[in-house]
Amino acid sequence: MEIGLNHYLALSAILFAIGLIGVMRRKNLLLLFLATEILLNSVNVAFAAISHYYGDLTGQMFAFFVIAIAASEVAVGLGLLIVWHKRHGNIDLDNMSTMRG
Amino acid sequence: MFEAIAFYLFAFLTISMFYIAVTTSQALYALSAIAAGMLFISAFFFILGADFLGAVQIIVYSGAVMALYAFGMMFFDTTREVKEKHGNSMIVIGLSSLAAIMVVVIFAAPIVSSNITALYPVVDGVGNTQAVGMVLFTKYLVPFEVAAVMLLVAMIAGIVLAGKKMDLSLTLMSDAEIKDLREDQNKKVLS
Repeated sequence: MEIGLNHYLALSAILFAIGLIGVMRRKNLLLLFLATEILLNSVNVAFAAISHYYGDLTGQMFAFFVIAIAASEVAVGLGLLIVWHKRHGNIDLDNMSTMRG
Repeated sequence: MFEAIAFYLFAFLTISMFYIAVTTSQALYALSAIAAGMLFISAFFFILGADFLGAVQIIVYSGAVMALYAFGMMFFDTTREVKEKHGNSMIVIGLSSLAAIMVVVIFAAPIVSSNITALYPVVDGVGNTQAVGMVLFTKYLVPFEVAAVMLLVAMIAGIVLAGKKMDLSLTLMSDAEIKDLREDQNKKVLS
């Protein structure tokens, strides 16, 4: 049985759906960030699969840049969460629904 | 044959790990499951012949990003039970399936519509790492430099945001001092 491009795209879509479910049901911001990592990883799988089946290295390049962006997103996001946690003592999403001008 | 076995094995493992990560109520379980899922994702990269990408996945995701999350988990005291959002589950399921279908359409549309030719084809007789290096440092040099500047900005932002009041150590202060500090902070926030 031959594994084709569609197998990988289907797997990527399943992982993306799992990540979306995580984003929608998590209240704790740290676990919400974890769910966004699942989204980015599922897209990376699709990029690598397309890169392999078309013999083109562009997909892998995009996957590298996605990884770089994910790393910087985690650094800045955790910094912001630390500031919020020092002020308010929790990182629940419901407490962030109003802004202070 | 072996490729099919490996694909289905790692697909099952990855999906189950990520499913555990989004459904468990323990932050530690979610973190461990995500780390394992990242490792299994790198197996797909090795199957697909993207060796360098697989190594980067292990080093950056399973190493650096997971270490940051572990630090955050200890800092934020998420060891207690995580509260969940209990919204309308039909909306959640509908939106998720809609988004998944959209992803499939996005990826399938160029394949169905036209015959794609490789822009930077894989060179024969050259390893994956060497080919990646040649393309990255010739065709994608400017995005590479921009990504480097972005990482620098993220590093400075992390230091500036997290480094405030690092001279105060909550573990070495007595309870009364911590209480005074909290009241001071509350006054500052409210004023």
